[in-house]
Amino acid sequence: MIPLLAEISGNINAIAFGIATLGPGIGLGLLIGKTVESIARQPEAQGALTSQMYIGIAFIEILALLGIIVGFLFS
Amino acid sequence: MTSFPILAAREGFHVPGAESFYREPFIDLHVFGLNLGINRTVVVLFLASLLTLGVLALGFRNPKLVPRGIQNVAEFIVDFVRDKVIMPTMGKKGLPYLPFLTTLFLFVLFCNWFGVIPGLNFSATSRIGIPLALSICTWFVFVIAGIRTHGGFGYLKAALVPSGVPVPILLLLVPIEFLTVFILRPLTLTIRLTANMIAGHMLLTMFFLGTAYLLERGSTAAFGVGSLIMGTAFIGFEIFVGALQAFIFAILTAVYIQSSLQEAH
Repeated sequence: MIPLLAEISGNINAIAFGIATLGPGIGLGLLIGKTVESIARQPEAQGALTSQMYIGIAFIEILALLGIIVGFLFS
Repeated sequence: MTSFPILAAREGFHVPGAESFYREPFIDLHVFGLNLGINRTVVVLFLASLLTLGVLALGFRNPKLVPRGIQNVAEFIVDFVRDKVIMPTMGKKGLPYLPFLTTLFLFVLFCNWFGVIPGLNFSATSRIGIPLALSICTWFVFVIAGIRTHGGFGYLKAALVPSGVPVPILLLLVPIEFLTVFILRPLTLTIRLTANMIAGHMLLTMFFLGTAYLLERGSTAAFGVGSLIMGTAFIGFEIFVGALQAFIFAILTAVYIQSSLQEAH
């Protein structure tokens, strides 16, 4: 039997939230990176691109925020 | 086995949880079994409503060609909503919704910013009721806009039935579209705003309670200073997040209204 070297105590929801941020993190990186790239190629389209980016951010960040809500719901 | 000494030393610290969002009312008021007590959330709500009303009413009470004083602020906000929220999403045909979107933006902005006002330190939007009420308003606005554009059945068809899809796939697609358009839209609007404000409030609570706790114990005072610096930095971040969330709430409302106004997709 493997002896238990250390144990952590606390709320497992914190780990769940950590995992829930991974996907949206990648998504935000792709979205904002592509927007910056587009603005660099076509600076005059900045206004339209920024608005579209914020709409996209809103749809992506809800995934991470659901992680917070789930943590509160099941605590 | 035993936990680490550093964890054991932390046991005296009371971690703030969901209970920091429940405030006892100052004034108890029960009308027909409804709890209408005045607590901190309600005070913040009244102040935010008064500020919204004040900025818009005082700014445009006696409009001049060359704006002075508070008219500058009011015109800046209306211009911002017109140029950054309505024009990129709806174009000119969205201008009738300018008053609704301006009021919505301003009210959410003030509700959010009360989270960093010393003495109140509580954003009304971190309780789910207020974003929910605003989202239901939004729901009615975009459904009524769709019905006025397409007619009752026409709107359902435009919203739920994509053109050029074979019938067997429609059986799968129409329930999903219904769920997305009529149920998930207001729900995600609500959760996005609430969860952002809850997270911000928890972050600030955590850092400042941590500062007080660490400074009290002498040997950990250096960490307390670090915690204080981080907390102060996050106040600035919260101001940014409050403005960003108000903007996102307004722009998503504009996107939803636009999807009701456009022809069948």
